[in-house]
Amino acid sequence: MTRTVYLKEILEDEKMIKRRIVQNNFSGVLITFISSLVVVPLVLILFYLLVNGISSINLDFIMNLPKPVGESGGGIFNAIAGSLIIVAVALVLSVPLAVLGGIYLSEYPDSKTAELVRFSNDILQGTPSIVIGIFAWVLVVVPMGHFSAFSGSVALGVMVIPLVLKATEETLKRIPSELREAAAAMGVPYHRVILKVVVPTGLKGIVNGILLGATRISGETAPLLFTAFGSPFMNVNAGKPMSSLPLVIYNYATSPYDEWHKMAWGASLLLIIAVFGINMLARIFVSKKGGR
Amino acid sequence: MSRKSEEPLLQLENLSAYFHDKRIIKDINFSVGRNKVVSIMGPSGCGKTTLIRCVNRMHEMSPGGTATGKIIMDGEDLNKINTIKVRRKIGMVFQRPNPFPTMTIYENVIAGYLLNGIKIPKKISHEIVEDSLSKAALWDEVKDGLNKKGTYLSGGQQQRLCIARALAMNPEILLLDEPTSALDPKATSRIEELVVQLKENVTILMVTHNIAQAARVSDDTAFMYLGELVEYGSTKEMFTVPKDKRTEEYLTGKFG
Amino acid sequence: MLHDKIDELKHDIISYANHVKIMMKKSMEGLLTGNEQLLNEVIEKEEPAANERELSLDDQCMTVIARYEPRAVDLRMVLMILKINNDLERIGDHAVNISESALYLIQRDPVKPLVDLPRMMEIVVSMMERCITSFLKKDAKTADEVSLEDDKVDQLRDQILRELITYMSSDPSTIKRAIHLLRIASNIERVADLITNICEDIIFTVEGRVAKHHLSKDPSDGVY
Repeated sequence: MTRTVYLKEILEDEKMIKRRIVQNNFSGVLITFISSLVVVPLVLILFYLLVNGISSINLDFIMNLPKPVGESGGGIFNAIAGSLIIVAVALVLSVPLAVLGGIYLSEYPDSKTAELVRFSNDILQGTPSIVIGIFAWVLVVVPMGHFSAFSGSVALGVMVIPLVLKATEETLKRIPSELREAAAAMGVPYHRVILKVVVPTGLKGIVNGILLGATRISGETAPLLFTAFGSPFMNVNAGKPMSSLPLVIYNYATSPYDEWHKMAWGASLLLIIAVFGINMLARIFVSKKGGR
Repeated sequence: MSRKSEEPLLQLENLSAYFHDKRIIKDINFSVGRNKVVSIMGPSGCGKTTLIRCVNRMHEMSPGGTATGKIIMDGEDLNKINTIKVRRKIGMVFQRPNPFPTMTIYENVIAGYLLNGIKIPKKISHEIVEDSLSKAALWDEVKDGLNKKGTYLSGGQQQRLCIARALAMNPEILLLDEPTSALDPKATSRIEELVVQLKENVTILMVTHNIAQAARVSDDTAFMYLGELVEYGSTKEMFTVPKDKRTEEYLTGKFG
Repeated sequence: MLHDKIDELKHDIISYANHVKIMMKKSMEGLLTGNEQLLNEVIEKEEPAANERELSLDDQCMTVIARYEPRAVDLRMVLMILKINNDLERIGDHAVNISESALYLIQRDPVKPLVDLPRMMEIVVSMMERCITSFLKKDAKTADEVSLEDDKVDQLRDQILRELITYMSSDPSTIKRAIHLLRIASNIERVADLITNICEDIIFTVEGRVAKHHLSKDPSDGVY
């Protein structure tokens, strides 16, 4: 038997081919099943929140202020506004720093400073949020002498820096170096290359990073416990304590009142809808007019 | 154009380039005549791209990149002038088409002015755009969609847009770094035809690993091997009776 | 790019063909009118110029092949031009041979009135003209017809041979002159052969069909 005939026989063995096809299909099903397990916790959470929280959500819940214990009704308007303010201020404080840092890391990746910044950033990212809360407490609350929304923003700002910085760096790194060279080859000074070519090209990715950072910090509770502290009243003064959604959830959920438990469920649902919404926004933003 | 056409536009004297301590190209000497197309060919890694990146001083942008020797253009040593001035005289087109994705076709053509913050009147910028796109043989294809993003064009069109972008700066020399290596055969032959047309306006230095392309489009050809200039002369001579044995071997496919 | 170069080659080869055609005509005219100057012109001026054209066309063809890698009909065209070039150069040489013998003859008494030789030359020149036309028009049919005329030329040559043999046997003093006349006839006949070659090349280029040797029948051709 020549080799070709032998090879033809083993390569075209029908039983073998059938077994291969079965194995292939089985692995496909298995992989799909295992990957879909990832979705299960999310679906369960959403389901639980919907079941428990949907009944408390109505216009009053969103538009009204909290009522004292015992009185029915009341809303969490102050917490919604507080969350928005605290997160917004946190972003205003941190984004310029983080974006500039990200640009630096992507454009001068091999400098000693870059090494140091990258290392510190990684450490900061791994720092427990409670520690960052204490940091903000020491830095802002202690010198001011009282809790304030601003100190909460500082804490959340510090938390969001590593996220935005990393997102910026990664986005800009992915911009082909040919684009920088194309600009440089026309005699454009490097700072203008960065400002006029690199950043505009990577803008979507940077904004996306900021949005994701915002969702990340809008759910944080621990750093706010001893900074923004929370407040049952409507307050827009960042110098004073302020409520926020995570704080409301924490306070209400740990309270002994059923009414408040219900409100905690509602607030949780609201928060997750918001987070979900911003995430979707970020996705739509990135996929819109794909281009590059 | 007013200068005597016999006198070379560009002269390289003892040009060597390094990455850190490693010498990539070694003591290159040759001169390029005005309105000529000169191809630089050679096997991968022979330093041909580094050579043209030295001419517009892009080599020194790469980490560890340095160069020694003289690059004389119009009697001036380019190594002694500010890179920004050098690069406004010498345009470059890269291996992969790289229009700026945030810009429209129109903006891409005048990108050299926009990015440098050079203000030009609307009327003149319109003229530059039409003129450059016409020279790049792209005007008819894009004139009705100048406000579309440059990245909407096909690969070959994008590369012609990049050529228009370089031409818009009115360079004396155009450096082409394997301009067709990312393009299909049809787009490639369009670019080749374009290169032959363009030499009326500009002197072209083109890197290619495609021997046939060098043969088709260039007046003179340089053959590089292991960082050295093995042979430089008229394309016709080199492809019929090369002087160096290594050129002969390379052209007949014995190495490289 | 390639097609511009091929057009250039075509133009040059046609002008070369006209050049050697004029050489042929001049050599015959010189013989008939006894114009020594004309014959010397063919030998001393036209021939070196023709050689120069051949070298330059050779070089151009080589360059086109080396630089543009012609394929299919383009390749056949360039190869044909290369071969025609070679044939034209030899036609030029034949014109010189004719002129040389003519120079010998015009200084001596005629052996006989020249009737068949001019007739031969007329046919060959017309063959040449039609050959050029068929090349220009890529007309394989005309080329085919032209190549058939070769027979007529052969017959005339044979007739001249027979006639001259009678002259030579009756008067041996005519032998030297007769041989020169014969040389002229044979040279013209060779030119007809070369034109036939060219026509066959034209047929190959236009139709990709090999027309070679389909006419070769009379092996008693060679007198030399």
